[in-house]
Amino acid sequence: METVGIGVSIPRKESPDKVTGLARYNTDFTSPGLLYAWMVTSIYAHANIKSINISDAIKISGVHAVITGDSYSLLCGPVIEDRPPLAKGKVRYFGEPVAVVVADSEEKAKEAAGKIMVEYEPLPVVNSIKGAIKKGSPLVHENLAFYKQVKPNEIFFKPGTNIVQHVKIRKGDLKKGWEQSEIVVEAEFSLPQSNHIAMEPRNVRAEIKGDGQVVINTSTQAPFDVQEMLAQYFNLDATRVIVHVPLVGGGFGGKTTAQLEIIAYLASKAVNGRPVKLIESREQDMTSSPCHLGLESKVKIGASRDGKIQAAQFTFIVDVGAYVDSGSKMTRAMAADCTGPYKIDNVRCDSYSVYTNHTYVTAFRGFGRLSYVFAIERTMEKLAFALGMDPLELRLINALKPGDTTPTLVGLNYSNIGNLSECLSRLKTLINWDEGVRTETGNYKVRSKGVSCLWKTSSSPPDATSGAIITINRDGTLNLNVGAVEIGPGTKTSLAQILAERLKMDANKIHVAMEVNTGVSPNHWKTVASMTNYMVGNAVLDAAEDLIHQILKIASIVLMCPPEVLEVGGGKVYMKEEPQISIDIKEIGNGYENPNGHSIGGQIIGRGNFIMHQLLPMDHATGRGRLGPAWAVGAQAVEVEFDTRNCTYKILKAATVIDAGKVLNPKCAKGVVMGGMCMGLGYGSREQNLYAQGGKRENPQLRTYHLMRFGENPEYIVDFVETPHVIGPYGMRGIAEHGIIGIPAALANALSVAAQVELNCTPLTPEVIWRTKKGESK
Amino acid sequence: MFSLQKKEFMDLNINGEKKSVVIRSADTLLDVLRNQLGLTGAKPSCKNGDCGACTVLIDGWPVKSCLMLAVEAVGHEITSIEGLKETAMQKTFIDCFAFQCGYCTSGFIMNCHGLSRIHPGADYGIIREWLQSNLCRCTGYEEITDAIKSVLDQNAALEQ
Ligand code: FES
Ligand code: FES
Repeated sequence: METVGIGVSIPRKESPDKVTGLARYNTDFTSPGLLYAWMVTSIYAHANIKSINISDAIKISGVHAVITGDSYSLLCGPVIEDRPPLAKGKVRYFGEPVAVVVADSEEKAKEAAGKIMVEYEPLPVVNSIKGAIKKGSPLVHENLAFYKQVKPNEIFFKPGTNIVQHVKIRKGDLKKGWEQSEIVVEAEFSLPQSNHIAMEPRNVRAEIKGDGQVVINTSTQAPFDVQEMLAQYFNLDATRVIVHVPLVGGGFGGKTTAQLEIIAYLASKAVNGRPVKLIESREQDMTSSPCHLGLESKVKIGASRDGKIQAAQFTFIVDVGAYVDSGSKMTRAMAADCTGPYKIDNVRCDSYSVYTNHTYVTAFRGFGRLSYVFAIERTMEKLAFALGMDPLELRLINALKPGDTTPTLVGLNYSNIGNLSECLSRLKTLINWDEGVRTETGNYKVRSKGVSCLWKTSSSPPDATSGAIITINRDGTLNLNVGAVEIGPGTKTSLAQILAERLKMDANKIHVAMEVNTGVSPNHWKTVASMTNYMVGNAVLDAAEDLIHQILKIASIVLMCPPEVLEVGGGKVYMKEEPQISIDIKEIGNGYENPNGHSIGGQIIGRGNFIMHQLLPMDHATGRGRLGPAWAVGAQAVEVEFDTRNCTYKILKAATVIDAGKVLNPKCAKGVVMGGMCMGLGYGSREQNLYAQGGKRENPQLRTYHLMRFGENPEYIVDFVETPHVIGPYGMRGIAEHGIIGIPAALANALSVAAQVELNCTPLTPEVIWRTKKGESK
Repeated sequence: MFSLQKKEFMDLNINGEKKSVVIRSADTLLDVLRNQLGLTGAKPSCKNGDCGACTVLIDGWPVKSCLMLAVEAVGHEITSIEGLKETAMQKTFIDCFAFQCGYCTSGFIMNCHGLSRIHPGADYGIIREWLQSNLCRCTGYEEITDAIKSVLDQNAALEQ
């Protein structure tokens, strides 16, 4: 048996199912006696609910129940409990769930939903970040001070305002930094909310069994979190809540929070526990369920003439929408990494979350980095211009290196930061930087390039944990069971590769359970933060040690030698000195039978776990702390062809070089990075949640909310540097989100050069560029 | 009287088999395939004709099954992803890593398969025009481009 471990591009294990229509996602399942739920959602962004008349709806034959916010007294939220699962008393955003109908079929439920009469009394709307912080702004939450905080010291709000989080970074001596600065540049940036748009809309089935067991089938990235949240909110025994997750049709952070599961549970409860299916329409998925944050920011950077940055000040104001969810955590994560991957000794950052009457936000690919990186990378560009310096050179001069510290004072070494300079140097060659950043090619066309840098670590709880279980089959193949969800990147396949590498066997001989079932799968915090291969991979390696230990114990008896002289590899246990003396693992994996019939051992089960360590919550006064184990850094570039007459453009090339530590599966890794880049180009060029006056969403459909389509994608260039993270499995770093992070900034840098105007907002539509050129603000 | 709610027996010709279904005139082909015939390969994503996840072939031509009423499909040959067996397109999608989460994949494969049959010599312009009707949120489309081009090249090589 040859070793097919890490570094090999084996196709995703679930590939045959995905090309035959046999891959099953949550919406594909049904169950006996299934009922269907449909949500009535708010048509106002901010209004008092005066009455809800359900009498006509409940009369329709086939309707079993109608529930509204008045049926329950419950507030939810992972950081601060501010959100009723169904609006109660008032609605705070357009699309907020107000009532739910449960009926025999989806058609009946929809029909009845149309007959529910909600009487609203509209209230003044907070429709922008500026509107949220201006004096005398209406309050989205009057009772903010009375909400329960889930953990102490996670949130710092200003009572009587819409400001619900304030995170500070105070590093070095800012005054001294400004004194040392010969050039100071400053700019403001504005990035809108957007949507995740996983192609599988959020959906769930909930059922309460006769003995009180709650069974949730859902499309989530966080099954164990859903389990815990439901138990907590409804006072259930968590072990009596079983969450099943099959393959997930994309997540991008949007499926990390318990939302629809809570509503489906309430719906099932209202019909005596019968199974209820709740699927969001695309429009509901885009308005009712949480979306991606918006950001207004201000950046000021000072540098000495040689290009070395001396001081920087940041203000980030995050539009978290109507409820906090994980918005406050992203606000914190942005502050923690506020400088970008640059050495800056004197830093001040104030990062705020504000409530608005917009859809609330949750994690999104990059956990906030996408937005603030835009701000810092645009400012770097401005600085390069002011200094008369090559923008790429400026980044190289200031790139973080071992020995430097982060804004939260984490000391850096190659293991935890990697090698940004190497990424930049490679990028420079790959994109032919030296041929010039702006070329007029005739016919009113200009070709231009822009670069950016990125970095990201995770923001996991200090006690986040993962487990892994390995069992041996009679034919010598292995089963691997982990709590990570397969949302697309090929996680289960890479984990099999990590295990195969350790056991020196073929990853194709390792079966990985695709479904997660909280009743039998070992725990894994959440499939988020690009941390799965790191956390679960370490648990798998731990389980492999346990497995090897047991294999050697039995083999040493069979081969009559001490276990120390034995080695595992190629499906066998053999003597290191004389490999021809060996026994197949399949002979001992389920007990070994002596020729005389006496048997020893039994099924060998390897178990392993991993827990985050050395993480330190940020200090409120200075920001000092450590949010994640290591960063992955990278450099990106975009090349465009711009038409100077009408400001249209074509994206020709996009390039990314990331320090991945160790690439586990090259084609999967490249694919995930390209997917991120494509999403970043979409956000930079066209995506945004459009809120009309009054806070009504104008574009909650894929016809009006534009994504990158086939053929609009550029030529991609992806390369990896490999500076090992010493505690990552085989040196790997998480990179699944990173492809998106610097792309909108690189696009804006390229377009600013082409159009010869500062473009400090997204999406960069031709109209926005044209207006900016004419001197109109967006 | 014409009624959206009234149910009727109809025969659908699906993946080479005749299937009797009881449907309302308002039922979309997508819903009938998934809910009555258990053919869940075609995926609901926008149910508005914007994403192509629900694409099937009708007489060999790709059609968004969320936009077609099941009654309109009567008398036509319907092919869903479950009707494809070991085609070059399916194999090539695996070899090219042309999917991640896989939710858009059935739709893309049906569209690509239809294209390779109807326009075996399609140039990039035609490929682009056809595949613009499908959305993928995970990949950056490069691997899908590789897959369709590779199958068309294989076809061309076979011709010679
Ligand atoms: S579900 Fe049919 S086109 Fe989107
Ligand atoms: S593979 Fe996930 S949407 Fe295309």
